[in-house]
Amino acid sequence: MSETKKFLYVNRKAPYGTIYALESLEVVLIGAAFEQDVALAFLDDGVYQLTKGQATDEVGMKNFSPTYRALGDYDVNKIYVEQESLDARGLSLDDLQALTYEDEDDDYAEKDSIKVVSAAELAKIMEQSDVILSF
Amino acid sequence: MSQLHTVNKSPLDRNALESAIRHATKGNAVLMIEDGVYGAMKGTQKSAMVSDAMGDISFYVMGPDLKARGIDEGRIIDGVKVVDYSGFVTLVAEHGITQSWL
Repeated sequence: MSETKKFLYVNRKAPYGTIYALESLEVVLIGAAFEQDVALAFLDDGVYQLTKGQATDEVGMKNFSPTYRALGDYDVNKIYVEQESLDARGLSLDDLQALTYEDEDDDYAEKDSIKVVSAAELAKIMEQSDVILSF
Repeated sequence: MSQLHTVNKSPLDRNALESAIRHATKGNAVLMIEDGVYGAMKGTQKSAMVSDAMGDISFYVMGPDLKARGIDEGRIIDGVKVVDYSGFVTLVAEHGITQSWL
């Protein structure tokens, strides 16, 4: 491939109430097959997508939260969560499921994919992206 | 006649819960469903809005929607009652009018 672009997927919606979260995840997984430089940002109600312990059997919907754990296998390991959005919702990193990947440059050591960043840091990440897809 | 207000939007994304509370009168009930259940959580920027209104309004939240979103009942604001689908039906039957805040 001649040129690798930096893709950023911006997730701002809670899961289940709308289709945005699931659609974003599907697009990310499809896009991951094209060997681009992919990063995900979770802010505003998007941080709810990553919460632990989701159990949808009583509402008759597919629980797609375990699928986020597959992202590491697709070399999607830059997952940014905005601190301010967690704070506003009374959440901390402990409330989110752990997402990891195996670093092939470091003897396949298991590392955390999630990085909590400030709004200012996230703004910089957005600025440095070539393509931003919003959900 | 006593009203039941249902709210299905996150209070951190839309103002449906805020409007429902503002228009609910003494003795009314507010039921948080779907993404509205985030409004029942402790420790958010919007939690005080619910606690402050609790004297005049009764608050309910849909248990299955909490579970879907991974919200433990221990994270719910004190005084908000968790109901299931049959509880939802009972609330509708007990109130003369149901108004949906979308």
